[in-house]
Amino acid sequence: MRYSITTFRQLYYACKEQGKKIFEIALENEVDKGDYTEYQVRLQAKKSLDAMKEAIKEGLKSVELSPSGMSGDDCDKLQKRYAKTPSLLGSLAEKIMIYALATSEQNLRMGTIAACPTAGSCGIVPSVLIAYAEENKIREDDEINALITAGEVGRIVSNKMALAGAVGGCQAECGVASAMAAAALTQMRGGTVKQVINASALALKNILGLTCDPVCGLVEIPCVKRNPFLAIHAVTASELAMADIMSKIPADEIVDAMEQTGQLMSPLLKESSEGGLATTKTALALAKNILK
Amino acid sequence: MYQSSIIDIISPVMAGPSSSHTAGAVRLGLLARNIYNAKPDKIIFKLYNSYASTGKGHGTDKGLLAGFLGFSVCDKRIKTVFDTPEAEELNYEFEYLQDFNRHPNAVDFVIEGGLNMLISGNSVGAGEIEITNINKFSVKLNGKYNTLLLVYEDMPGVISAVTGVIQKDNVNIASLHCDRSGKGKDASMCICLDGELSKDCIKEISELKDMYIVRYIKKLES
Repeated sequence: MRYSITTFRQLYYACKEQGKKIFEIALENEVDKGDYTEYQVRLQAKKSLDAMKEAIKEGLKSVELSPSGMSGDDCDKLQKRYAKTPSLLGSLAEKIMIYALATSEQNLRMGTIAACPTAGSCGIVPSVLIAYAEENKIREDDEINALITAGEVGRIVSNKMALAGAVGGCQAECGVASAMAAAALTQMRGGTVKQVINASALALKNILGLTCDPVCGLVEIPCVKRNPFLAIHAVTASELAMADIMSKIPADEIVDAMEQTGQLMSPLLKESSEGGLATTKTALALAKNILK
Repeated sequence: MYQSSIIDIISPVMAGPSSSHTAGAVRLGLLARNIYNAKPDKIIFKLYNSYASTGKGHGTDKGLLAGFLGFSVCDKRIKTVFDTPEAEELNYEFEYLQDFNRHPNAVDFVIEGGLNMLISGNSVGAGEIEITNINKFSVKLNGKYNTLLLVYEDMPGVISAVTGVIQKDNVNIASLHCDRSGKGKDASMCICLDGELSKDCIKEISELKDMYIVRYIKKLES
């Protein structure tokens, strides 16, 4: 076996020694593991990318509410606002927030999305990746390379802990999605390997401890709005990384801290809807109406 | 041991809203369909714990049924599966239960027909699943490998006879898991494969002495 990359440190040195990009080493590593060919990984990345674009397209048009009736019209509101009043942060940020809501709302109406890494966090990677690619006329091949870069970040984290709210809280779902988006964005902007990994590290480090306490046990409150929040979080991470502002704690140690934090987190705050937002007075009243 | 892949992280392309409660449910249904491999007279879907309490809002019931009808995780008909002609032809029921001895996202498929079968499985996160029991046998099926599932009379030489036939196809065995109800009684074998078995090979295995159930279960699409 040539490599078996399980840490960010190994990924960094493999790239450095061979003068290759993260997606190149990631693809070689996949092939070496023996379960998939390079063609199969690229094909799935293309399939997921197409599904992400389609979800955004559908989500932008729809105001259909979720089966619970709790959500589904926020993307429309944000589009109407920006049609009249531009965002303080410029057109890229507008697009990212709109796309994140469009995708998340498509998800809760049982539309087709790409889980990336999970369905609850499905708006974060596509919004950042596709909005930036559109605004900067990035070629599809480079979008796919960025998605593979994001996938490699998620894969390395998943070697340490399951990417499931029930295991690690929301830091393991939307937090990891944000780190993946930060990596994809930094890759597309022409960041170095160090900057890409550092962007992921900064995104993860600044979301440690995020709980998973969905109201009524549904992927709606706070999940839908959390997607645009953590998409912009990924942009912040990329901005700092491009300025070579280094995370003092290395990426692998942040993943260790995330795993420990997940273990220490009360089960009441890990997708069981028995604490936090899920047991507020308002949430319990909503649950009474919806689940009966 | 299976190491996760980039493909697992950036997929599946699926109908929302939950990878564990919707896509996982479809995949469990698909595996149960392939394991049963016949038209049943009746099927009861028993949903446990979180599957029971939040399953309705996540379309877990729709996902299980859609999978059992052969729809994929991204099929647009999942949302309206109860109204499809395929569902109308099937006699099905749902039961919602709490049992703390079971996984948070557990399901039983109680299938009646020419052959009665009880298939149990769990949705373990991010759309990944496992089938853990068929009738009373413990099995290991996760949909990531083409799998040969056999139930036969427990006696010496069966494993070697079966693996001998597989070798003729030059297919590598990724894992092999056996169980039995008692010495000399019914036994089960669950063989995960790295490649594709030919029809001839499967036929030859099903013609071995005292094979009761032979199923070749194709791996699920990602």
